[in-house]
Amino acid sequence: MVLLQANKSVMPKLDRDTVLAEHLAQALSRVAQFRDRQAFAILFDHFAPRIKYFLMRKGSSGEQAEDLVQEALIAIWSKAALYSPEKGSVATWAFTIARNLRIDRLRRERAQLYETLEDFDAEDETASAHDVMARFQEDTAVKKALAQIPEEQRELLILSYVDDVPQSEIAQRLNIPLGTVKSRMRLGYQRMRKLLEQIS
Amino acid sequence: MNLSHHLDDATLLALASGTIAHAHGIVAASHVALCPACAKALRKAESIGGGLLSDGGVEPVSDMARAATLASLDGVAPAQRKPARKSELPAALDHALGGLSLDQIKWKKKAPGVALYDVPMPAGATSMLKLLSIGPGRAMPEHGHGGEELTMVLRGSYTDHMGTFRSGDVADLDDSIEHTPVADAGETCICVVAVEAPTRFKSVWARLFQPFVGI
Repeated sequence: MVLLQANKSVMPKLDRDTVLAEHLAQALSRVAQFRDRQAFAILFDHFAPRIKYFLMRKGSSGEQAEDLVQEALIAIWSKAALYSPEKGSVATWAFTIARNLRIDRLRRERAQLYETLEDFDAEDETASAHDVMARFQEDTAVKKALAQIPEEQRELLILSYVDDVPQSEIAQRLNIPLGTVKSRMRLGYQRMRKLLEQIS
Repeated sequence: MNLSHHLDDATLLALASGTIAHAHGIVAASHVALCPACAKALRKAESIGGGLLSDGGVEPVSDMARAATLASLDGVAPAQRKPARKSELPAALDHALGGLSLDQIKWKKKAPGVALYDVPMPAGATSMLKLLSIGPGRAMPEHGHGGEELTMVLRGSYTDHMGTFRSGDVADLDDSIEHTPVADAGETCICVVAVEAPTRFKSVWARLFQPFVGI
């Protein structure tokens, strides 16, 4: 107990999300280094239900979603060693893996568009302790930043990222000009970038 | 590469969220591959996806799917980092061209000094991808476009009212902007242009006249 308290005073203030992000990053690193199946099970139990929810929001049936979830988690297993902090938090990386699989499968032939986005890694592969900390805090920071932007901007980001609605269709659905959709999204994103830079 | 004309943030968000039209995605991904600033901005935009994935809902996955995934792991080899690429073209465009180099393109002549190539798109694509070759000093033909248009210079350079666009620069335009690019002297300018498929933005009436207007 005393030890715990002592620890608390030295450690930066960590919230639950940051601890979770670190836990997931450690699991991923054990998969990368040791092909650790227990660590993989941790990643599966965390990400599979979240990716499935995402896919179903985008219109996949339960069955399709489970197929893609399995593919996505197997990709996480196989690509674990290619993960680097420049790709963002583990959750961001998992998001891009699920996105890429879904779209490239949807478009089939000649459509490894999103796969090509995985090719360019940032040149600096060595992350400082500061970067590593920032990576663990990214999910928390994004969550906080999302809560701080105006509702009309957040709504559009959710329609895009979660419900998979193209900008032109958002304009039709909400009956607002495409230019307005874009400017709201830009504002939301720019505001979030500022907030994220303050944190990391 | 130090580029002067970049992607619109709205385009980066469409790319990050996965909602971008296929042809526009190819051009955007090609620019990102050459532009560290846009690559960094894309990562930030992707972190929004990570945040929403973490914080969104959960949908229980069946025990069967879990068991099947765990059982299949032994047969899955670790992915290898891809070898460095040799093509002049960014990977996304290289894929779209099926590995053809710019010197192997079978151009269709459209006007003196101006030639066009339609890049095949997957069935059902809502966007079209074209390569455009403009001789030195020639103007890109009039193309009063509707919809969103994304152009990247691959070789040479062109100039319009927004400035000079060199290899890797993008012009990310919505339908409110008219422009008349003129290829700079000295070298043929080759661009890749993503445009919306006509049915998405043109009325039947406008489509009737398209043969006289289109690029």
